[in-house]
Amino acid sequence: MRRRSTFLFTVMAFGFAFFYVPILSMIFFSFNASRLATVWGGFSTKWYAALFRNQQVLDALVLSLKIALLSATCATILGTMAGIALARFRRFRGRVLFSGLVTAPLIMPEVITGISTLMFFILLADWVGWPGSRGFTTITLAHITFSMVFVTTVVHARMLQADAAIEEAAMDLGSRPWQVLKDITLPVISPAILSGWLLAFTISLDDVVITSFVTGPGNTTLPLLIWSKVKLGVTPDINALATLIVLTVGAGVLIAGILLQRAERRRERDMQLAYRANQ
Amino acid sequence: MRATAAEGPAGTAATPAPADVLVRIEDVTKRFGSFTAVSGVSLDIRRGEIFGLLGGSGCGKTTLLRMLAGFEEPSAGRILLDGQDMAGVPPYARPIHMMFQSYALFPHMTVERNIGYGLKHERMTEAQRRDRVREMLDLVQLAPFAGRKPHQISGGQRQRVALARALARQPKLLLLDEPLAALDKKLREATQFELMNIQARTGVTFVVVTHDQDEAMTLSDRIAVMDKGRVMQVGSPTEIYEYPTSRFTAGFIGMATFFEGRVQGVDGPSLRIDLPETGTVIEARAAAGLAAGQAVTVALRPEKIAISRDRPAAANAVEGTVQDLGYFGKDSLYRIRLATGKLVLVHAVNARRTGADGRVADWEDRVWLSFDPEAAIVLAE
Amino acid sequence: MTPPPSASPASPATATTPAAARPAAAAGAGWFDRRGWRDVIIAAPYLWLVVFFLVPFLIVIAMSFATRTPTAPPFGFGGENPILNLQGYRRLFTDDLYIRAFLTSLLNAAVATLLCLLVGYPMALALTRVSPSRRNILLMLVVLPFWTSFLLRVYAWMGLMGTNSWFNRLLTDIWNFLVPADMALRYVPMMNTNFAVVLVMVYTYLPFMILPLYASLERLDPTLDEAAMDLGSRPAQVFRDITLPQSVPGIIAGGLLVFIPAAGELVIPTLVGNAGQPMIGRVIADEFASARDWPMASTVAVALLFLMVFPMMAYTHFQARSEERRKDAP
Repeated sequence: MRRRSTFLFTVMAFGFAFFYVPILSMIFFSFNASRLATVWGGFSTKWYAALFRNQQVLDALVLSLKIALLSATCATILGTMAGIALARFRRFRGRVLFSGLVTAPLIMPEVITGISTLMFFILLADWVGWPGSRGFTTITLAHITFSMVFVTTVVHARMLQADAAIEEAAMDLGSRPWQVLKDITLPVISPAILSGWLLAFTISLDDVVITSFVTGPGNTTLPLLIWSKVKLGVTPDINALATLIVLTVGAGVLIAGILLQRAERRRERDMQLAYRANQ
Repeated sequence: MRATAAEGPAGTAATPAPADVLVRIEDVTKRFGSFTAVSGVSLDIRRGEIFGLLGGSGCGKTTLLRMLAGFEEPSAGRILLDGQDMAGVPPYARPIHMMFQSYALFPHMTVERNIGYGLKHERMTEAQRRDRVREMLDLVQLAPFAGRKPHQISGGQRQRVALARALARQPKLLLLDEPLAALDKKLREATQFELMNIQARTGVTFVVVTHDQDEAMTLSDRIAVMDKGRVMQVGSPTEIYEYPTSRFTAGFIGMATFFEGRVQGVDGPSLRIDLPETGTVIEARAAAGLAAGQAVTVALRPEKIAISRDRPAAANAVEGTVQDLGYFGKDSLYRIRLATGKLVLVHAVNARRTGADGRVADWEDRVWLSFDPEAAIVLAE
Repeated sequence: MTPPPSASPASPATATTPAAARPAAAAGAGWFDRRGWRDVIIAAPYLWLVVFFLVPFLIVIAMSFATRTPTAPPFGFGGENPILNLQGYRRLFTDDLYIRAFLTSLLNAAVATLLCLLVGYPMALALTRVSPSRRNILLMLVVLPFWTSFLLRVYAWMGLMGTNSWFNRLLTDIWNFLVPADMALRYVPMMNTNFAVVLVMVYTYLPFMILPLYASLERLDPTLDEAAMDLGSRPAQVFRDITLPQSVPGIIAGGLLVFIPAAGELVIPTLVGNAGQPMIGRVIADEFASARDWPMASTVAVALLFLMVFPMMAYTHFQARSEERRKDAP
């Protein structure tokens, strides 16, 4: 039995306050009637109403969602392939370079990824005439590239955890490699694929730096719009927008977390049941 | 050591008729880089037997099993199943199934779907398939658990699912990789007999890999003892135990005390061997082929040695003192120090119910050890 | 139909057996090593990363040796040495703009990492000591900010640090209460300082510190603590002798996960930092976008990567070693 330390729990309480006070404060001031974003001037929801009338915000949101959906899906397919390749194919030509390529984007500073990708697109346009203009396509390509490695990390970890013998067992029972992939490997790693997709989706939806480099005129994603406004200072309409985003994402993560915990608890109960049946 | 008998089954038993041989392993070697996991192994596995592959970890038994299953290809030599060379036949095309050590049950499928998984590659109707799964569930007595997932059943039940799944397609050969290792001791004994029972009922040939000598002795019709990638000896459990052909086998299976010695005289099957470590010349029996002057190792099993307070009228007797004794209730294990300092293991059944005074011997007692000429295992160097 | 690398060439005896005539005999060494679909699984992500990551990265390296020209695209290979033009690298060491930017970045990142460790370690340790059901909820609360927008988390602090905010006024009141009247402040100057940069970095990167620390602390065997206590150690000694040494891998992982992105940070210093003391990320972006000096931006980028190669190497080395150790354990 370990002693409960007051010091530890004080720091933890302070830490959680540190995490959530700024966000709660932002939410609070989104209902501020005053134009001055940080001085309370009475309760109002007018900033929310203004937000829903703001075509610019709605357009940016739609563009961001389109890019995030497309890039997360492509990134999940490519990232899952890379994760399976790294975990299952011990030897192939260029494996060292490959494993370097799936980790480097994780630690590459965004500014460098941004300028390198932009220079690549400009030079490519110079040499082969494509991409003619930058926007949806270039943003999506860049997003796929840096988010697929996150999917790879998640999938690779799950593959290493899984018992490789189950794949051998399926093959031993008569399944050809692609059937093993379909019947066994993909179903077993499907939770990792799903969380990889969610991760890729969120990262794409959230990216400012790389997007700001590879975008072109007229293609403003939601983070770019917020970025351009935030640089000018704190305003109540951004508070309202931020509140909506934080609450949406927060609710999503919370629900996912609760569902996962329930599944875990059910699993534990099953295992206890099995244990008792064994007695 | 004399190893001719260990190289092939021909040395220990008459070569079986070709129809009797299901699997013929011919001089198979497997190298991983510079490491040789299996080295020049030749074995015949007969139809309908339980064949044990016994050895310590890293002896190559699992690699041999994986080559039979098709997960590894031999670096040299060949494997014939029913006379057909298995080279290049992938695991999914072999009529050989495996029960994995971890069981490798598909976690996302129910017991029923696990057992039926291999059947989807068979040309049969849905009803036939269902009947077959039902039959397998009954065979391993798991019908009430058909709808459960692997994590919802106990370890022993999982083992049975793995067995049923591997048997469902009626393989010619079933490979079992440490089938009992994941079970606790009590369950292991019961499961052992169940495995033999199921094997007898299905008639499928089993190859069982194990590191546990008791398990191998109980389960197998014949055993191959492996060490460092080589087969040291093949034979029935009795042959392996009573007539080991190498010091490794004699020491690996059961307990034994080893003495270095030299043959003094040969008289038909009778030998006289000088064992300096006992300070005497003993009488022994051995197959022909030994000549006077030859260096030999003599192995003595603890239970083949009699212990008494008075000098017995036996051919071979030697005196010593009790150095240690372990009392196990039904029997005791003694360590006897001979005059030369050599320690000898002796096993005695506590047949009479008496107090500590009634034991055959106690610490520091002077005792006599004796054994029959037939009991001495003579190993040529 | 390629033979496996480790298998010997098929012997003539093999070729004459009926089994060799089977279509399935298209052998491979391991069962998964079959051609076709395997090649696709490797090649697709491989090619993608080569085209969209490796090639752009090589462009940056090549660009760092180019010269700026008034053409479009604004670079050329020429000048004093047509192939290896080192003037960018020379400027890196002579113009103190770059040296100061590097120092500011390293200092800010180091202080932020240290503060994350000081706050994150007790939090991670506390997390291992609450009941499992509560622990899951608290862990979720640690991860939750990570899933919400990074930009908005920075923005939230802008609201708190502004001169008129309730938080700033609260701090001002506390300060004025504690110090003599002649040192009183009208507000605490927080925005546009390195302090603000470090504070917001700690805020945004703290989960990266807590999670690996928690992972390494959670694995520890509690009976070791009990054994140490049983042998006469007081709680503080148990921490120093038992807990701390065993959590070193977690400290290193967490430290690098904070330090590396912090050193190259662009958004935080742009929004809350001192424009007179730019961090290195800001310098790269400015050289590239405002000055349109692609070669110089690339030179600074390469220099930044060099600075980070060492911690990265240490990190991968450590990870590989701990993975090996885990594999060795039964």
